[in-house]
Amino acid sequence: MTSGLWELVLKGVWVTVQLLFLSALLAGAVSFVVGIARTHRLWVVRFLAGFYTEVFRGTSALIMIFWVYFVLPLAFGWQLVPLWAGSLALGLTYGAYGSEIVRGALNAVDPAQKEGGIALSFTPWQRLKLILLPQAVPEMIPPFSNLLIELLKGTALVSVIGMGDLAFSGNLVRLALQESAEIYTYLLVIYFVIAFALTRVMRGLEKKLKAGVGKTPTRGISPQQELKRAETTGVGASSSGGVLG
Amino acid sequence: MKWDWGAVGDFMPQFWDGLLVTLQALALGSVISFALGLVWALLMRAPTRWVTWPVGAVTEFVRNTPLLVQLFFLFYVLPEWGLTFSALTTGVFAIGLHYSTYTMQVYRAGIEAVPVGQWEAATALNLPVTRTWRVVILPQAIRRVVPALGNYVISMLKDTPLLMAITVLDMLGQARLFSQEHFQFTEPLTVIGVAFILISYLASLLMRALERRLVH
Repeated sequence: MTSGLWELVLKGVWVTVQLLFLSALLAGAVSFVVGIARTHRLWVVRFLAGFYTEVFRGTSALIMIFWVYFVLPLAFGWQLVPLWAGSLALGLTYGAYGSEIVRGALNAVDPAQKEGGIALSFTPWQRLKLILLPQAVPEMIPPFSNLLIELLKGTALVSVIGMGDLAFSGNLVRLALQESAEIYTYLLVIYFVIAFALTRVMRGLEKKLKAGVGKTPTRGISPQQELKRAETTGVGASSSGGVLG
Repeated sequence: MKWDWGAVGDFMPQFWDGLLVTLQALALGSVISFALGLVWALLMRAPTRWVTWPVGAVTEFVRNTPLLVQLFFLFYVLPEWGLTFSALTTGVFAIGLHYSTYTMQVYRAGIEAVPVGQWEAATALNLPVTRTWRVVILPQAIRRVVPALGNYVISMLKDTPLLMAITVLDMLGQARLFSQEHFQFTEPLTVIGVAFILISYLASLLMRALERRLVH
């Protein structure tokens, strides 16, 4: 392949990374908002969040991309550039899958933890922020890692609305060179390498987060030292322990 | 933006054609993925690394790369190698191959969940290996994995619109064709979106019924 065509492929990689980043941010935000809403005490909030999840999980990401790119401009009168249209469609679709991950992880936290928060007169927001999320987030990392890989593979779909991502650039190079096997093998390998790198990053993050759960802020100090410190500072040794510390 | 019921009526004949193609692709893709997934799962239990390593590497590669690019690969490369199939056949094979790497994991989990005592009982009865698998292990493993396989049927349904990219006139292909001919995007795209939600809901109900029947 000539250097100009390599440049085109590298540009496609850059667009794919941008698309992945934007849609992952949106999907993450949607996942948390909808997932938390699905555990809300008001049934209307739960119903609306559940409806959103069912609709976006029940339809194809490709149809959503077409809908956002072609139908939204007709409805609101403004045309989204393919990068924003793709990010919006993918973020909303994969956010619906992510919301189930968030809901599952929040429900998996021991109910006694929540009751502990109520006993301490925490507000619902404090309970969520200080008790539920710190315990649920490490559990969400492995399924979110899978979701991120699915999202990466989903970015290839945006090539059908003419976005210059990796799959689109690959098609242009194929047309220029009339060499299908070589080009598509390169494409598959590049996607695999990005997916592999993502998996490694997420695994590292998972290890880091899991290492932090259950550790007290005074880690590295022996129980004897902790008792001595409590005597000298007047702060109870037990008050610094656990996830509430 | 005005909703035009007339356009919905005009689109209907093309919609039914597209629906038929989508359901064909789904049924054949499911059969291939279920059969091939079982083959991969059994090969992964082979006693030699000469079999498990290549199978593991290939399935991992297929699972971590986009189905759309795999579709392009098969559609444009197979004819270069002298293998010419229709777009629908190529698409069905690509979907089946892609999802077989997922169903393989499901079968693996199902096989591993069969209690060790069942294997020991088969050995005690001196059953040959093929009979052990056919009569003892697989019936129990498959019963356990039906719900998970059902989820993949719904995932496959949602990936069938990708076939449009290789010129197959499935539901999305027909909607796109109609949009280009009549310059109306809202109605056909909304109709097929709703159709997908309905079909996936019906499929999940069917899978739940099948699951109940297998469990009781």
